[in-house]
Amino acid sequence: MTIFTCILLGFLVVCAIAASLSKNLLNTILIFMSYSLIMSVIWIMLESPDLAITEAAVGAGVTTLLFLVTLKKIHAIIKKDGGEEEKHE
Amino acid sequence: MSKKVSDEQYQKTFSFKFRQWLDGTKDPFLDNVEMKKQESFHEDEETIHQREEDKKHLTEKVYDLEHNAEVRIFRKIYRVFCVLFCTFLVLMLLVGVSYLPTFGSADNPANNEVAARYIEKGLQETGAVNIVTGMILDYRAFDTLGESHVLFIATCTVLILLRLDRKEDKIAYEADDRSHEPKNDVILQTVARILVPPIFIFGCYIILAGHLGPGGGFSGGAVIGAGLILYLNAFGFAKTEKFFIAKTYRRMCFGALACYSIAKSYSFYTGANHIESIIPLGTPGAILSSGLILLLNICVGIVVAGTMYTFYCMFRKGGY
Repeated sequence: MTIFTCILLGFLVVCAIAASLSKNLLNTILIFMSYSLIMSVIWIMLESPDLAITEAAVGAGVTTLLFLVTLKKIHAIIKKDGGEEEKHE
Repeated sequence: MSKKVSDEQYQKTFSFKFRQWLDGTKDPFLDNVEMKKQESFHEDEETIHQREEDKKHLTEKVYDLEHNAEVRIFRKIYRVFCVLFCTFLVLMLLVGVSYLPTFGSADNPANNEVAARYIEKGLQETGAVNIVTGMILDYRAFDTLGESHVLFIATCTVLILLRLDRKEDKIAYEADDRSHEPKNDVILQTVARILVPPIFIFGCYIILAGHLGPGGGFSGGAVIGAGLILYLNAFGFAKTEKFFIAKTYRRMCFGALACYSIAKSYSFYTGANHIESIIPLGTPGAILSSGLILLLNICVGIVVAGTMYTFYCMFRKGGY
């Protein structure tokens, strides 16, 4: 149990640093999404499933979608033979 | 007995003018107020030239680091002060943290009679098995009302900023929006057809069982909103516009917020005047229990789901 929590917390820190250092905006958003996902697992381990559901739906789902749509609107996602893809929750 | 007035006479009466004003067919200020169009802004060729020269001159003078000693010294001092200020801030915060009480200690100031009362009497007073829901929708329902209104105001702001009013803009945007993605993607549509109904049912379950287990209006609404967005992405605006347009959202939000306000006003009124509330608390654990919490949960869920979907539509297309 504690080892699992430590691994998750380590991932959290790595995700946070990687999201701020990544040069590619699309990568940043995907890393941010995984950050939210790990956070929701941590909420479950902290025994607050209410927050876990909200974090998964809002943090990993809707926020990521809004970021992706914004990136598409400002033409920050560059098309590479076949086109970009949108991730859903 | 009323007598019939001729059309010319009728058009002079106040009621006709009032009705015209109400319908917006005639602007009452159109002939009465003097109006002048704004003159377009003109600038001489010489002034433009002069302005650009000045700008260039200024930029050269300011950013010429080799000859401008003042700027050079300022930059050095600026850097030193940056480092000093950041160090000071970090030290101050660290010192502040070290004075905080120990985490989880029994005699912390947060560990007072309020929390004890929530835990001991929460079930008895609110009828909700889930203490968290009992707290946010009964003891602190006023907070949640404010949160729902904040969401509504956020949607209004997004509408003001991103909504497109002109029809030509809308058509151009739609063409641009569709050009980026594959139309009628089979994989996405099949996945959506399988996944969307369970997502909706799960969201409804979270909302309706908010007082029995983990969940509540906000999380359930977010899940339903995400499901709506997935459906929209798979099948396009033509399908969703059949059941969800801006008018629907306005009515839903207004209905939910008004319902919440009325329900909570009633319980505030009875609580403040020490009147017995007629709403029964029911047996804890049953779906129809815990007074108003179920209704309030549904209201919050409706507002949140609509808000999520509206955000997405506004960001994507600027209208729906």
